[in-house]
Amino acid sequence: MPPDAALPRTLLSWMVRGEWRAHPVRTFVAVLAIAVGVALGFAVHLVNRSALAEFDTAVRSVTGAADLRVEAVSVSGFDETLYPRLARLPALSAVSPVVEVTAQTRDGRSLTVLGLDPLRAARVTPALAVGAGSGFGAGRETGREDAVWLSPAVMGGAGEVLEVREGGRRVDLPVAGGLPSVEAGQRLAVGDIAAVQQAFGRIGRLNRLDLLVAAGVSRSEAERAIAAILPADARLSTPEAESRRGGDLSRAYRVNLGMLAMVALLTGGFLVFSAQSLSIARRRPAFALLQVLGLPRRGLFLQVLAEGAVLGVIGAVLGLAGGAALAGAVLSLLGGDLGGGFFSGSRPALDISPGWTLIHGTLGLAVALAGSLLPALDAARTPPAQALKSAGESGDPGRRPPLAPALGLGAAGLAAAFAPPIAGLPLMGYASIALILAAGVAAMPWLARRMISPLTRIAAPVPVRLAAARLAGAPDQAAVALCGLVASASLMAAMGLMVASFRGSVDDWLGAILPADVYMRVANAEMAGLDPTLQAALAAVPRVDGIESRRTLTLSLSAERPPVALLAISPAAGGAPDLPWRAPPRAVDEGEVPAWISEPLSRLYRLSPGDTLDLPLAGRTVKVRVAGVWRDYGRQFGAVALRRSDYLRITGDAGANEAGFTLAAGADPTDVLQRIRQALPPDLAAQTEVAPSAEIRRVALRIFDRSFAVTYALEAVAILVGVAGVAATVSAQTLARRREFGMLRHVGAGRGQILAMLALEGALLGAVGAVAGLALGAAMGQVLIQVVNPQSFNWTMDTRWPLGLLGGLALALTLASSLTALLAGRSALSADAVRAVREDW
Amino acid sequence: MDRLTRRSLLAGGAAAALPPAQAIAAPDFAQVIPGRRLVFPRDHGAHPDFRTEWWYVTGWLDGPTGPLGFQVTFFRTRTGLGEGNPSRFAPRQVLFAHAALSDPRVGRLLHGQRIARQGFGLAEASERDMDIVLDDWRLVRERSGAMRALAGGEGFQLDLVLTPTQPILLQGEGGFSRKGPRPEQSSWYYTLPHLQVSGRLEREGRWRPVRGQAWLDREWSSTLLDPVAVGWDWTGINLDDGGALTAFRVRDARGRAVWTGGSLRSADGRLWTAPNGAVAFEGGRTWRSPRTGAVYPVAPTVRLRTPAGERRWALTPLFDDQELDSRPSGGPVYWEGAVRVPGGRGYLELTGYAAPLRL
Repeated sequence: MPPDAALPRTLLSWMVRGEWRAHPVRTFVAVLAIAVGVALGFAVHLVNRSALAEFDTAVRSVTGAADLRVEAVSVSGFDETLYPRLARLPALSAVSPVVEVTAQTRDGRSLTVLGLDPLRAARVTPALAVGAGSGFGAGRETGREDAVWLSPAVMGGAGEVLEVREGGRRVDLPVAGGLPSVEAGQRLAVGDIAAVQQAFGRIGRLNRLDLLVAAGVSRSEAERAIAAILPADARLSTPEAESRRGGDLSRAYRVNLGMLAMVALLTGGFLVFSAQSLSIARRRPAFALLQVLGLPRRGLFLQVLAEGAVLGVIGAVLGLAGGAALAGAVLSLLGGDLGGGFFSGSRPALDISPGWTLIHGTLGLAVALAGSLLPALDAARTPPAQALKSAGESGDPGRRPPLAPALGLGAAGLAAAFAPPIAGLPLMGYASIALILAAGVAAMPWLARRMISPLTRIAAPVPVRLAAARLAGAPDQAAVALCGLVASASLMAAMGLMVASFRGSVDDWLGAILPADVYMRVANAEMAGLDPTLQAALAAVPRVDGIESRRTLTLSLSAERPPVALLAISPAAGGAPDLPWRAPPRAVDEGEVPAWISEPLSRLYRLSPGDTLDLPLAGRTVKVRVAGVWRDYGRQFGAVALRRSDYLRITGDAGANEAGFTLAAGADPTDVLQRIRQALPPDLAAQTEVAPSAEIRRVALRIFDRSFAVTYALEAVAILVGVAGVAATVSAQTLARRREFGMLRHVGAGRGQILAMLALEGALLGAVGAVAGLALGAAMGQVLIQVVNPQSFNWTMDTRWPLGLLGGLALALTLASSLTALLAGRSALSADAVRAVREDW
Repeated sequence: MDRLTRRSLLAGGAAAALPPAQAIAAPDFAQVIPGRRLVFPRDHGAHPDFRTEWWYVTGWLDGPTGPLGFQVTFFRTRTGLGEGNPSRFAPRQVLFAHAALSDPRVGRLLHGQRIARQGFGLAEASERDMDIVLDDWRLVRERSGAMRALAGGEGFQLDLVLTPTQPILLQGEGGFSRKGPRPEQSSWYYTLPHLQVSGRLEREGRWRPVRGQAWLDREWSSTLLDPVAVGWDWTGINLDDGGALTAFRVRDARGRAVWTGGSLRSADGRLWTAPNGAVAFEGGRTWRSPRTGAVYPVAPTVRLRTPAGERRWALTPLFDDQELDSRPSGGPVYWEGAVRVPGGRGYLELTGYAAPLRL
């Protein structure tokens, strides 16, 4: 029987268990780090998968069996005469007309009201025609033809009356019954098309046509036939495109959270590396003994790798369980978009697939194995003779740590930062961050030596010189202790830099887009809202100096992308409006309609000043000239601003749903606010928010901070894990250095001096880690700001240096590291000096 | 004539899409009041003020493989809904239609249907002349007086031209036809018998020319049947000698006649209208539906007590299983089939045998 079979299996498992039992904290920290990484990644995946599954079902339950659909580009819909024209196309076997209204229920939540012709919907969207099918019915249950059927998510039973608001009007909808086959998360009311048209002022307009392609006709053939007669304010879409758009809504958001998980996992990998390296250093004599007894190098290598695998499996299993629990909690508390507002109102069920579970688990295992690879190679490579002599150290203090690998990694990271996005995602940006991190860690031995060597040459108290000499002489050890810390510190610094820059830019932007004193917004009023009379009445409110009313609405520019926002605004003095410009506005030729587009729109649709843009307005295509690009953090999918006078001329819509008020000097905002509210008719007031701009700004920043609080919490966890890694490492090293301490005691060093030396060592480690981490973090933060953000969200920001945060971070790391080293040293020093020296046999 | 199938399709049927009148603020339905003269072509067109109306074509085709029965029926109903709604989708009028083909070689009815609210040119019924559009189905009276019918169903399409060979037959008193003991239980009712059929029939993708003879019933009314009625028997026969026989009987739960009516017009145009009680449907062979378990008297003998003496016609179905189950679309189960008599061919309708008709 070969020696690497029977003997090692028992012996090695016994050794491993002994090691883990002796150092539970270190093992636990490594496992925990892996678990946190896996849990985060898995939770983000699960939440998003469940949300998307929900979105898909929602799309399907609303579109039913439809092969294609024609959608309005804006809320105002398209002319209903398109319906018979499409219905007569031989390429289509069924056409179901739909009026869609987004209204607000009393609790302020939004509700989609669909008006259908049940006789037409029966073939195309049977799930929605069922309720309506038992009567145009309405009448049958309620005696009222304007009754609606409600999805389970909307409270209200047959016989009750649902009060909703839209466009400044209140509509009471008698409830006829439920729509049991609509997904639980959907907030839907279905009524008769004619009644909905009448109740919501949509006479003559439709928002959607759900289509079935005739048997024997290819879909592309049908698409061509439809495209030939489609007006400018309608667009052809497929259920797949709709689904894809749903995915788009949250993609950047989810990728960024995923990246956070990835960094946590990487940190875990470094901690495994650090734990394994130390554990191997400690057990070097034991391993050497085994080698002498006949265990081949391969066996030793596999042994260390197997230990990593066990850590990885435990971490992965814990992580998967934690991730599922986290996702469940998040879904029930925040909904499918983590409170991001992309999928309104849905509370999807957890959707776990075995394949993806396996992938995430495997990822945890792979990271643990990768972290164990170098230590395993190291253990197998060390000659037994040297290992038997020295319990903890294998390095040669005179050896110069190489810098070339780090430089290579760094160069690769830099190159990756300039790569374009892949499939619309900043994948190369993430690769760049990972490479920079790897470069930083690879440079740690060199850096530690370069930073600490000068200290050995200066005249300083003994403990300082001892500490410096120790670190400078064993930079690899220092690097091992530091890599987890550097990884987490650099992540924290990078995120801190990015968030600070983002927040600063958002703050500036808020100031620029909210120049007035008080703002008013009518919810769900892309049509109707404030009519000209009402606007005049508002302008006449005492102590109001000026009013700027706007129409804002959503407009679909492409079937493949989520709709953009259209703002009809009144620039002062008829020139360019006052917006946070990215590219200074320029004049357009006489007779041209200027359009000022937001940065995301400019990037998504590849438009620059001077280009023309086709806007589907009032049933025709209006060519506008891009006259400037402005910064916008509010509308991720793009926004385009037009002069209100142009908008009025094109559409004839003189209404508004937003207004900004400039108050007379010295006016009391609360008082004016009250007057503004009183000037509104009660039904309109119920769906109108009025607030001073200062408060809007405050609320916006509060929301910003809250949404990044998750990020901060995650970073804090990473830092704690990093510091715990330092503690575990230092204590392990301290234990391994008991002979050194014994020798120092023999040559006359006091216990206090040794403790001071350890504290200093810790502080130096922490300082080196912090400096390296901050430097790396700055580089990674720039990648986040310059590459990842523009590529995922299509907006840019100005760099702000959160000096306080970074300085505090450096100080905290130094102190924490020093403190942990001290604590670890105390336990090592409790053993008596004589015995420590005697161990050196 | 106010046949229950048609009525129940309107009330309980129409894909269950129509609410009972009493659930809605009752609209002003026009009433059938005797004394008015029917005017053509105006009265070939729709009468949207009335609650229900139909254009009911039944007939025989001489196919290359033997005789076939067919029905193409268009219904209009005023729902009482959306009367005050300016929307063009307002469901004031709903049109629906059935088509069925009776082929003895198939041994059951092949059928199809259409239903839509009136509007947008997709579903329309003209008020000037017979001109009904329901998606791709059509029934239109052309300038020549001939009617064109386009309809289809499972594996068949009909494209028929129906040419009148006889003058219009006004049922009841000049078209005013009583349906029950109360005077308001009545309808406007006229018939075009002996329509000469030409055109083409598609079976399984192949079009073939066909010829035949058909019968058009036109009826409109606003009034429901008598409450005790559970079912209805009706027959319309083109007699080979050029005569036209119409007979109907409203039954109560025990199978007794609540009201009867009909007419007999000879080839020379002499018309006798049967008063209540002068028509009887008698026994004969029954057929039990394997699907619904309903037992239909598919071969009754129709007896008319005319002033010239009693006349009898023994009806024989083209084949037994001509049951139409329209329950999936919210309608009733009934038997509507091609029948022969010695010296004539026509259609027989038997309703209320599977279950009492809900109205």
